[in-house]
Amino acid sequence: MNEKKLSYPGFLWKILGAATDGSVRFYLWMTVLTAIAVVGASAWAYQVRDGMALTGMSDHVSWGLYIANFTFGVGLAAGAVMMVIPAYLYDDEEMHEVVIVGELLAIASILVCILFVTVDLGRPDRFWHLIPGIGRFNWPISMLSWDIIVLSGYLLINLHITGYLLYTRYRGQKPNSSWYVPFVFLSVVWAISIHSVTAFLYSGLGGRPFWNSALLAPRFIVTAFVTGPAFVIVLLQLIRRLTRAKIPDGPIQTLTRVLKITILANLFMFASEAFTALYSGGSHAAALRYSLVGLHGSTILVPWVWTALGCNVVSALLLLFVRPEARWLNLACGLSFLGVWIEKGMGLIIPGFIPSTLHEIVEYAPSLTEWRISAGIWAVGLLVLTVGIKVVLAVLDGRLDATADHS
Amino acid sequence: MERRVALKVVGATLGASAFAAAMKPLAEWAETLTAEQFLQKHFKELEPEELARVLERIEEDARAKYGRTDVTVRADAPMEGVEFGYALNLSVCIGCRKCAEACHRENNHDRASDNSYIRVLEMDQGSLDLEHGNAHYDHPVPAPGKFYMPIQCQQCRNAPCVKVCPVQATWQEEDGIVVVDYDWCIGCRYCEAACPYHARRFNWQAPTIPADELNPDQGYLSNRVRPQGVMEKCTFCLHRTRRGQVPACLEACPTGARVFGNLRDPNSDIRWVLANKRVFVLKEELGTKPRFYYYFDG
Repeated sequence: MNEKKLSYPGFLWKILGAATDGSVRFYLWMTVLTAIAVVGASAWAYQVRDGMALTGMSDHVSWGLYIANFTFGVGLAAGAVMMVIPAYLYDDEEMHEVVIVGELLAIASILVCILFVTVDLGRPDRFWHLIPGIGRFNWPISMLSWDIIVLSGYLLINLHITGYLLYTRYRGQKPNSSWYVPFVFLSVVWAISIHSVTAFLYSGLGGRPFWNSALLAPRFIVTAFVTGPAFVIVLLQLIRRLTRAKIPDGPIQTLTRVLKITILANLFMFASEAFTALYSGGSHAAALRYSLVGLHGSTILVPWVWTALGCNVVSALLLLFVRPEARWLNLACGLSFLGVWIEKGMGLIIPGFIPSTLHEIVEYAPSLTEWRISAGIWAVGLLVLTVGIKVVLAVLDGRLDATADHS
Repeated sequence: MERRVALKVVGATLGASAFAAAMKPLAEWAETLTAEQFLQKHFKELEPEELARVLERIEEDARAKYGRTDVTVRADAPMEGVEFGYALNLSVCIGCRKCAEACHRENNHDRASDNSYIRVLEMDQGSLDLEHGNAHYDHPVPAPGKFYMPIQCQQCRNAPCVKVCPVQATWQEEDGIVVVDYDWCIGCRYCEAACPYHARRFNWQAPTIPADELNPDQGYLSNRVRPQGVMEKCTFCLHRTRRGQVPACLEACPTGARVFGNLRDPNSDIRWVLANKRVFVLKEELGTKPRFYYYFDG
């Protein structure tokens, strides 16, 4: 065997090649994503220079689209574990073949989350104050310090698992299970932790009755298991259609069954929260009333929240009562994905601030800067995901194979 | 194959240069920061001579920026045996908002946003429900059937804002004042979400203050002009109170509704109020244990 060809730098070089090879359609896709990312980067550069007054946020609604997307992204990353559980805990062979797609989704989503937190900082130049040892990391008191630990841990675990599996496959070796299976099981527990800790960020605040609910963390987990499967179901079909990769039906059916349950569980939890708040009444219900019907004539969120509810209900009905044809399934996935995205942002983060702690009503709508930056970050996430999938497919179908290179 | 590689290189170059062009405002902003500022340590980690240098630099910057040679920036330490407390007589307050105005000037607040650490709520007689308060009243005061409730930082003993800060940029001093190191805060605004009293403010852009209105008597942890992108809050005017003066809001109050003093001094006015008046704190059920008290006469 030629050791030089097996080297790690050689592997990386091959990966770079595989990641950037493709059809005209691929280049077009990558160009559009890059363009959106550049627009976002530019908007962020102005925001840092001129201040966050360029956003729609205020001292009353001090978190907005960025933190909403961050929260949603954590759910997406955690939701990917819904592939890992069947594959490794229930030895679902077919799921095992595609589980790496879930891990790639986790990596891309965490990256998106980190970017959303970064653009939300008023002083990104002081990011180093968060680094344990150099800065003054307020661990274990601040939930945000926990969040930083669990998110970076989750990123590293998933990078290790995918990196190790790809590298061994590339070298034509059988992966040594003791090098990655423990990490896979760790990633299952870890996935639950990232979204629980993210929920604790909000539910731990006694001054915000809308968030101060013990149901928040379970609900975050359930919605994570809506968006993760919904995204992967569509993604697997896209991979099947656009590449030569063989995607079995089993995983799609498994994920559809998961989605059917989690989407109903989420609606049940929403109903449970709504009942508790509205029946007992008082100020605890003010934020919910504001988002459902408006308060004192302020109604910006109302259409958003009903759209989210509508999406979730229609999606649940489609999954329950319509035969699982691909287009209906994809519509159901799209609707539930959109529904949870709105629910996490306009339905959860924003009404937490309205009415304010002194019961003032100051409304919020994202500015153009916020939309640009947010779109740019999602574009970066899709870029990373696309490149990741290309590399994985190249390795898995044997186009990237160290042992075959010189045969 | 050769052609494909060449195209990839061209594509990557175009992408990279578009990105570099997009980031230009960031480079302009970075030029306004010095390495010294970037590397400055946390307030509590500064050695005395380092702190002296930092204060001198902030002073020089302010003098140059506002053309005022009288600017001084100090870092008075908490006084031994002192824990500040504040009480407000709701029977006497007429809602004139002189306190909010005095805060605005004293603390070098941004003029454009008309910022102040004090919000005054107009409330209906017969209810303490903040939900029915109104901070935007615009008519002669006191209005019939109303009473007035100024709200500012409660200097909580169990402060949610301090707990949530991921970088310890905000903490409670020995005299009970919750302060912010404006040069350490990363601007994540978690404290602003955590505060139950809407006591914290963010610098959404660099504050603007006319040079002739600048208060030159400044404290590092209190009223010096804040940088863009960081949190700020009421400090009971510690640059004054740590030198034996009263807070600006008390000095401005025309009705004597405000009582300020040392909670550890049994002979202080504040202790007399706590002992002799029916006193309550805001949102007691949250367990924040405020050092700011309200009471009614009679």
